[in-house]
Amino acid sequence: MQEFLQQVLSGIASGGIFASLALALVLIYNAMGLINFAQGEMAMFATFIAFLLLDRGVSYWIAFPLTLAVAFAGGILIQRIVIRPLERAPVLTLVIVTIGLATLINGVAGFVFGYVPRSFPSPFSVQTVNVFGAFTSYRDLGVIAVSAVVLVLIYLLLQRTTIGLAMRAAAHNPEASRLLGVRVSWMLALGWGLASAVGAVSGIMVAPIVLLEPNMMQTIIIYAFAAAVLGGIESPLGAVVGGVIVGVAVNLAGAYLVSGDLELAVALAIIVAVLVLKPNGLFGRPSVRRV
Amino acid sequence: MLARLRSAPPRYWLVVIVMVFFVGLPTVISSFQSSEWALVLVFAIVIMGLNILVGYSGQLSLGHGALMAIGAYTTAILVHRYHLDYLATIPIAGLVAGAVGFLLGIPALRLSPLYLALATFALAVVTPSLIKRPDKITGGVQGILLLPPQPPQFASDAYATVTSGPAMTSEQWLYYLTLAIAAVLFWVAWNIVRHRPGRALRALRDGEVAAAASGVNIAFFKTVAFGISALYAGVAGSLYGLATGFVSPDTFPVSLSLQLLVGAVIGGLASIPGPLLGGIFTFWLPIESSQFVSSQTWLPSQVSSVFVRAGPSVTYGALLILIMIFARNGVVGLINSGYTWLRRRLRGAGDRGTGQMPPDPQTT
Repeated sequence: MQEFLQQVLSGIASGGIFASLALALVLIYNAMGLINFAQGEMAMFATFIAFLLLDRGVSYWIAFPLTLAVAFAGGILIQRIVIRPLERAPVLTLVIVTIGLATLINGVAGFVFGYVPRSFPSPFSVQTVNVFGAFTSYRDLGVIAVSAVVLVLIYLLLQRTTIGLAMRAAAHNPEASRLLGVRVSWMLALGWGLASAVGAVSGIMVAPIVLLEPNMMQTIIIYAFAAAVLGGIESPLGAVVGGVIVGVAVNLAGAYLVSGDLELAVALAIIVAVLVLKPNGLFGRPSVRRV
Repeated sequence: MLARLRSAPPRYWLVVIVMVFFVGLPTVISSFQSSEWALVLVFAIVIMGLNILVGYSGQLSLGHGALMAIGAYTTAILVHRYHLDYLATIPIAGLVAGAVGFLLGIPALRLSPLYLALATFALAVVTPSLIKRPDKITGGVQGILLLPPQPPQFASDAYATVTSGPAMTSEQWLYYLTLAIAAVLFWVAWNIVRHRPGRALRALRDGEVAAAASGVNIAFFKTVAFGISALYAGVAGSLYGLATGFVSPDTFPVSLSLQLLVGAVIGGLASIPGPLLGGIFTFWLPIESSQFVSSQTWLPSQVSSVFVRAGPSVTYGALLILIMIFARNGVVGLINSGYTWLRRRLRGAGDRGTGQMPPDPQTT
């Protein structure tokens, strides 16, 4: 029982990481009906920037927001340069572009930083702590806390501020928003920046666990896909819940059912199961299409 | 007969020239180079399958590398463990991969094309570790070695008579086998896309609701398109295993699936010659570029080793983005529009002095 509880707790911690990345996917999906295959690679690149800052001796609590700011700017830049020329293109074209982005960013990171895995510091110690009879580490608790803070901030931004309202309006009905004076294209750019920053959080949180290297996010993004699909691809709340469920499920499966790299197959199984049983996910609305 | 030949559109002559080129190729290159060109044709086959899916039906698969793995392992296991004739395993491999594609397509195609992309991407990432697991059957990380198939007597004799040189090697036999299968599969694809199914696929690509309203069975055509596409990948995977003589989980990484997508996009989506160009490009680019970089002695070894690993990703990524923004129909699209432009220029120039229009090539 105690071991079970421990597995659940550490599952919630990895779930927080998946949830952040899944939330980034949902933000872009909501803005333009697109799954951003480059989200993981963008997060990886941001994590390398954090690594460079920390390597220069910058304190962690300065490097962290600085990296998020860089990631935010990078996201906007990518949207302006690469996505904007294709705003009216079919979604297939855009998806291929994000795949191109993923490949490109991965290659550039390999070029600049090399493929040697590096250890990445965590501000939280790995010392164990007793929570309700289960032993967990400060690092896991810290990851849960940071993810929770990010998710709440995003929620507040989207639901309680004017700019959040404008972003949601631009995504929901671009034509009407444009008539009302919302700068739709810039709202999309803002969405990309925000998603990039949220994704960067997941990269920085996961790097101490899996070691930093250009292919670091390749498996994490699969879990994030599973989380987003499970939660319903357009629901931010769903991304969070889905992330935690996927995290716990993968951890439990890893502990009791399968071993090692087969944990990834759990993610694939979740994706297929959701598509078969409940294609709109837990919190998604069924889609209606008009000619 | 002569009149028919004369009136044949230029693209038929192009097909003849390309066929002559590929049939004659092994007689002028070494046996090892034939095996490399066999892999080029394998790439062309799977990219043709991907093109049917992406170019004509507007769905996206990022898992064709995994489907190739299924085909390759089907052949390897049947030949290695059950001692089946390798020729018989090629269609079986295609059918097995096609069935997997069909089954995966049923849930994944119900919603937008994004979900198929997502599910196939997950499949591509998971497949290598799934293959490693039942190591009694698949040989685990070590993979399975396959003996190179010997050319049958008639082919060997025919080759020796025509070239009046040494007998056909097993590499050359595999090259011709792949060429024959590729020719058949390209012909099949051409027939699919220019007839009723092709029109249905294009209709659902360009407007799903409108296509459904016109009586196209959306779910049927989508899943069948993915099934056919997967079948091409399975056949190609089977030939890949035979041509390299070795299959292992690491032969089919995620990057292979991405490489195939790049091939389809570069050659030109929704075109028949596109996949051939894409296959040539994606096969040779990593090899040639890494050879070029390692031959540059002035580069420090660390730099060139990083370049060899990261170079293709950077090129592929940049090309995908640039082609999607500037030339959505790839190389074939560029050639086509260049050809149209040229013809218009040649016909429209006329005699400036007298104002005489040039004769219309159609009427002379």
